[in-house]
Amino acid sequence: MTDWLGPAEWIALWLSLKVAFWATLFSLPFGFAAAYALARGSFFGRQALNVLVHLPLVMPPVVTGYLLLLGFGRTGPLGEVFEQLFGIIFAFRWTGAALAAAVMGFPLMVRAIRLSLEAIDHGLEEAAGTLGASRLRVLRTITLPLAWPGILAGAVLGFAKGMGEFGATVTFVSNIPGQTQTLALSIDTLLEVPGGEPLALRLAIVSIAIAAVALIVSELLAQRVTRRRAV
Amino acid sequence: MLRVSIAKEFDGFALDVTLDAPAGVTAVFGPSGSGKTSVIRAIAGLLACDRAEVSLDGRDLSKLSPHKRGVGYVFQDARLFPHMSVLKNMRYGGIHDEDAVVAVLGLGALLDRFPAALSGGEKQRVALGRALMSAPKVLLLDEPLSALDAPRKAEVLPYLEALRDQTAIPILYVSHDMGEVARLASRIVVLNEGRVVLEGTVEDVLADPAAVPFLGVRDAGAVLTGRVVGHATDGLTKIETGAGALWVPGAVGRAGSNVRVRVPAQDVILSRSAPTDISALNVLPVTIAALERGAGPGVAVALTAGDARLLARVTKRSCDVMGLAVGDQIFAILKATAIAPADVG
Repeated sequence: MTDWLGPAEWIALWLSLKVAFWATLFSLPFGFAAAYALARGSFFGRQALNVLVHLPLVMPPVVTGYLLLLGFGRTGPLGEVFEQLFGIIFAFRWTGAALAAAVMGFPLMVRAIRLSLEAIDHGLEEAAGTLGASRLRVLRTITLPLAWPGILAGAVLGFAKGMGEFGATVTFVSNIPGQTQTLALSIDTLLEVPGGEPLALRLAIVSIAIAAVALIVSELLAQRVTRRRAV
Repeated sequence: MLRVSIAKEFDGFALDVTLDAPAGVTAVFGPSGSGKTSVIRAIAGLLACDRAEVSLDGRDLSKLSPHKRGVGYVFQDARLFPHMSVLKNMRYGGIHDEDAVVAVLGLGALLDRFPAALSGGEKQRVALGRALMSAPKVLLLDEPLSALDAPRKAEVLPYLEALRDQTAIPILYVSHDMGEVARLASRIVVLNEGRVVLEGTVEDVLADPAAVPFLGVRDAGAVLTGRVVGHATDGLTKIETGAGALWVPGAVGRAGSNVRVRVPAQDVILSRSAPTDISALNVLPVTIAALERGAGPGVAVALTAGDARLLARVTKRSCDVMGLAVGDQIFAILKATAIAPADVG
């Protein structure tokens, strides 16, 4: 079984899982906050936030990657901040691949969470308020539990997107085996190499399987949200 | 004492309401769109208003956010939390008087269930219990029975009556059902197009002929208070009221218990002489206290009977043919079956 893929491919698969995992974990709180603001808030700049969140979905990925390079590269303003404050370097590291994956998966994540928030009857939150619950307690005891399936669905979608991200990643952190060469980048590399096609096909099958499972899981979770609403 | 003064401009509708609610049930009555729900949402802090003065026993609530107001709110649609059991729902706002609340509302058998497994009436009882267990200083009920069919209403009403008799806080009861109002409320505030048009005790307002246009000709009718004398074997109940003995259909109340009987004005027939050979069971000697000619074909006739008041609605034609005038001693005839069982309690 292990020789079904070569060692470099196993590393790429493992790296992809790692990149997608951390990308999802760190973007989830921000994703929820953005979704909550878009679903519940009425504030100045709401439309601007909406556009900003969705931009990575419609911009050419190479542009997103280029912007990340400008902002989070070694000499980019944000890159310097992160290096000095947290000792995190994004440029040409797997952390940069995770950042690219997070940004590219963000719109999908926010969309799923936002839909689940909008499915919650706001009246329930009002009722909790009249029972003496502060906004934070309402969020913790009513909103979050009811939105949970949607949050999980958003996380799954973000994870799947992160697994397969190509354009922004290759632009931002290049294609370095063992460091930034994720599944998609690995496939691309194999296709350039004479005789690499069978391996590329196997990797493609792996990524299709992961994407399909992710979609099924998120679909099942979404159905739970609609069922709740019907009650 | 709850004191409320609110104003808000909506699109093509201005709400400007000032009202007081002492301990006990104050009904907020009016047609759909008269601003009833807006008033209690403003009291709970759920509706931002141009002017919102709300004070309870002298303490200003207006500046507090909803969760600090100590206001219990029962919504029309119950709004139970679907992911919590009945017990968890009820304990959400506190565990004040849990055993008593569960007993009064008859919720013992429901505690482990989830909202999805409850009937509409059960949901409303749970919502009521949940509000009560948060130890509210004011209770706001927004048409809690309007989403229920008649049998479910009849199931929940006795619980509301028990609640009324056992709490000493102001309860605002929003409704457009005069039967509920007559049974539950001691005071009534009538809204029309965003303003208070009538205010007073239920006995006074419902017996006032000038109130008929605002209550609607079908809903107008005085409330008699009385004591159940006994139940006849043919299915009727005899009630001794200030206006005399009254036969009403059904086995109502226990002998000796106090009940209210709503007598719809349009079901009262007036006669110059005491009729004989007539199927109606209730014939009461009355005196005409006032006549109020409406814009339509009707006349509202205020009647006194003993120490009680009644209201009748007859046509202008009948009024003129009979030559009815204030001070005349006549007879009010009331079909027993015109009094719906839901109007007695």
